[in-house]
Amino acid sequence: MSVLVNEQTRVIVQGLTGREGSFHASQMIAYGTNVVAGVTPGKGGTLHNEVPVFNTVSEAARQTSANASAIFVPPPFAADAILESIDAGLPLVVCITEGVPTLDMVRVAAALRGSQTRLIGPNCPGIISPGKCKIGIMPGQIHRQGHVGVVSRSGTLTYEAVGQLTHLGIGQSTCIGIGGDPIIGTSFLDSIKLFNDDPDTHAIIMIGEIGGNAEQQAAEYIRAHVRKPVVGFVAGQTAPPGRRMGHAGAIISGGTGTAKEKYEVMAAAGIRTVQSPADIGQTLAAAIGKSVAR
Amino acid sequence: MKIHEYQAKEIFRRFGVPTPRGEMVTSAEDARKVAQKLGTPVVVVKAQIHAGGRGKGGGVKLARSAEEAAQLASKILGMNLVTPQTGPGGRIVRRLLIEEGLDIKRELYLSVLVDRAVEAPVIMASAAGGMEIEEVARENPAAILRERIHPAVGLQPYVARKLAFGLGLTAEQAQHAVPFLQSLYRAFIETDASLAEINPLVVTGDGRLIALDAKMNFDDNALYRHKDLLELRDLDEEDPLEVEASNYKLNYIKLDGNVGCMVNGAGLAMATMDIIKLAGGSPANFLDVGGGASAEQVKNAFKILTSDKSVRSVFINIFGGILRCDVLATGVVAAARELQLKLPVIVRMEGTNVEQGRQILRDSKLNFTIGENMKDGAEKAVRLAGGAR
Repeated sequence: MSVLVNEQTRVIVQGLTGREGSFHASQMIAYGTNVVAGVTPGKGGTLHNEVPVFNTVSEAARQTSANASAIFVPPPFAADAILESIDAGLPLVVCITEGVPTLDMVRVAAALRGSQTRLIGPNCPGIISPGKCKIGIMPGQIHRQGHVGVVSRSGTLTYEAVGQLTHLGIGQSTCIGIGGDPIIGTSFLDSIKLFNDDPDTHAIIMIGEIGGNAEQQAAEYIRAHVRKPVVGFVAGQTAPPGRRMGHAGAIISGGTGTAKEKYEVMAAAGIRTVQSPADIGQTLAAAIGKSVAR
Repeated sequence: MKIHEYQAKEIFRRFGVPTPRGEMVTSAEDARKVAQKLGTPVVVVKAQIHAGGRGKGGGVKLARSAEEAAQLASKILGMNLVTPQTGPGGRIVRRLLIEEGLDIKRELYLSVLVDRAVEAPVIMASAAGGMEIEEVARENPAAILRERIHPAVGLQPYVARKLAFGLGLTAEQAQHAVPFLQSLYRAFIETDASLAEINPLVVTGDGRLIALDAKMNFDDNALYRHKDLLELRDLDEEDPLEVEASNYKLNYIKLDGNVGCMVNGAGLAMATMDIIKLAGGSPANFLDVGGGASAEQVKNAFKILTSDKSVRSVFINIFGGILRCDVLATGVVAAARELQLKLPVIVRMEGTNVEQGRQILRDSKLNFTIGENMKDGAEKAVRLAGGAR
């Protein structure tokens, strides 16, 4: 098993005919993902790399029984694309786009409440259940099918952790890149709950960063409900306050959202915290009692 | 993006938020003229820098005549203003705001911001005007009034009244508070601000509400739809290297260490700074060359890193996924050749075609050191920068 995406996932790509959408859709197909439709307004009725293109998401969903969408449209159009997928009733929407205005996401967040849609992202690498389905831009070949759930605000740092696991022979059930923006769809807490409820996920890696208190909220839940081993890392121990570290959401403001504060709450919740990003894989291996040759 | 107080007040006025009368000047002579024109018994001379706590650093003074305003202006202009927010380096004052003095009865705090926890704009208010809101939050959190605004509903009059009575305003003052807050909220939304803060908001002797101070920050992601705001950017307030990096669309933040970092992805870039610190060194910067890390961007990044004279070694940490390591290595070699790089460069690559990538670096005969993994790379980078500090 895995969470949110698997062999049954049927994906619409919004922005399929654009440069990014086109490239990553073909990578997703090569990985084995069922990409069943593309949406580009005005290009409905055509085929793009053998994938049928539709003018609207609702039409694409109706015609292809799609149950997920991947969004690769430029930032000014991203919120509209998400809202269109919510309106079409898709259960899962993954928005890769980086640079979506925060107030656009405020409106999206309001539309998500009470809807039947779960959003992942924006500004994220996407989600992958290794060997089953990849929706996003992560390199598929570094992953390996297995039992560790990975949730992270970052892209390449997630690849780093996944690479370490795979190198140690430890596979992953699902890896969720939740995104680096201040307002995102699926949170750490949501992801941890999913992993905790998934019998096939035996351990969890949580990779946070400075800014906000999403890690602390998840840690509170872990303390009370999670008995699976959890390994935690927080990027930005050396980040200066008041500066946005690349990700729109990675900022220590008013002295809160520091790595130190997050580490303390995580450690108090029984999470195995690691100070060095090089030790994430080893620490997880130790936590699940896997002997590791050095 | 940050702007100056006087610029924020111009935006406030455009949306109907009352501010004191005043003008920005860059010379003592103009300060005198504006003070004369204002004609109030007291004028205020305020240093314009992108940092708070200006009063504490001696950047805000009262003048009782146009002559005194000119004298104070000549003192403050060009001074290196150090405040709790500038850091020990301070900021050079290049602009002043000359404003009318007001008859102040009460000082309050008011701000609009996006609260990520509730995923909506929130209005915060407190009766403790003039105090940093973080300080109030620490010492007396109950003294802060908070109202979440539904984005589709907007700021309704009852919310403004609730806040006004909560602040202890009189019925008449509360009536002024409704248009005041609605104008402020509109200014916030229509400029895609991330913060609009008034500290203090004052109640004058004749019962008016006036934004005595003004601070606005804007969402960088939304600036594409606000070309007029882009013109308010003051490059003097930014680090010159950061300005240059932004021209290359590189995500760069200067720090005070000596190990230059070049990384793809913001999270990995922060983690790289952290591991340098763990190795006993100190990062010279945060630099995200982007997930793609094109040859052109690698060259631009080298230019920025080598312009920082405190950099003693460069640590390149790249996780190649879609980006192949051989492509990256070719770009690194070309850039190092073209720029005739003398600094030791430590390259740690992982991912697709990593062996071919390493071979390209070795074959180049340039001053490259291979990091076997992130830890090894960081340790070598610290050692080649002159060791732990």
